[in-house]
Amino acid sequence: MFVPGNNPGMMADAHIYGPDSIMLDLEDSVTMAEKDAARLLVHNALKSIDYGNTEMVVRINPLNTPYGKKDVEAVVKAGVHVIRMPKTETAEEVKELEAEILKVEQEIGCVGRTKIMAAIESALGIVNSYAIATASPRMMGIALGAEDYSANLKTNRTPGGAELLLAREQIVVAARAAGICCFDTVYSNLDDMETFRKEVELIKTLGFDGKSIINPRQIEVVNSVFTPTEKEITKARAVVAAIKEAQAKGSGVIAVNGKMVDRPVVLRAERTIALAVAAGVIDKEEVL
Amino acid sequence: MKNAIAGTLESGDIMITIGPGEGLQVELQSSVAAQFGRQIKAVITETLEGLGVKDAHVQAVDKGALDCTIRARVTAAAVRATGKDVWKD
Repeated sequence: MFVPGNNPGMMADAHIYGPDSIMLDLEDSVTMAEKDAARLLVHNALKSIDYGNTEMVVRINPLNTPYGKKDVEAVVKAGVHVIRMPKTETAEEVKELEAEILKVEQEIGCVGRTKIMAAIESALGIVNSYAIATASPRMMGIALGAEDYSANLKTNRTPGGAELLLAREQIVVAARAAGICCFDTVYSNLDDMETFRKEVELIKTLGFDGKSIINPRQIEVVNSVFTPTEKEITKARAVVAAIKEAQAKGSGVIAVNGKMVDRPVVLRAERTIALAVAAGVIDKEEVL
Repeated sequence: MKNAIAGTLESGDIMITIGPGEGLQVELQSSVAAQFGRQIKAVITETLEGLGVKDAHVQAVDKGALDCTIRARVTAAAVRATGKDVWKD
């Protein structure tokens, strides 16, 4: 969930709503005159506020602005989990960020702590998405930034999202090939929850791991779409139990409810159970 | 030191106005001054001392800011007033 980096009230309360991840923003939601103050707020909030198990991400300003390197120093020193790099177009930009992070980590003695998420927001970024995804061992995910991307394509955003189809598929494929996560862009019309839900269903079907949001009201919709149903969990458990039994007997191919179960079916079942555990609808203990 | 301001009057924030002074003088307006006034002033003073600012006049209008927000706003105001950043160039 995006939270403006110059709004201390929102920064203090954001985790109460239970997002998986909070993304404090130093880039587009902060005016140039307030970049210095927002950086200090984010630094102090990360150091002092107990966000529990929430993953803490900061979207920094691009490194080619007067703010980017200071942002890196401030957030790495405060112990941020992930830095989101905006408008990423090449693998070299990721490597440049990696070098900046390393410099600060060496200074404070915590080398390797900070992960990178690259936001891809242009046609060139989409073309280079696999190179970006594999540019650093710190890369934990790539994300689509659709406003800049659709402007770069010389088109507009539409409710159906036809203009984003290639970019979304490309990002999922690049992330999967690289073995990292992928996150979809924000949906900014808070008064149209129906279209928002359809968009979340679409991006789940495409293979995304999650969606960026801009308001706590959107959390429930994303969680409900991504949380497996009871029927899906029951089926996944049957598949996992059957495969364990088959492995114990040394048998290869098995059938559950009359259908052949092969490796892709098992992988999907395992992912369903992992999602159910992550969503808190089943206990980790129950799975073992 | 020149005059400088940081922060807003929104809920959860604090507005810090800083300018030249002798010693550290802090004036505080806060709806929770009776309960937390001493603590808020202590955070402001400690933050300025940590930045090496020994002489300044500070006006603080608090809207229920956490200590980390007070530290951030005081630091931002002091950096703007002195021109000495806390980050490397």
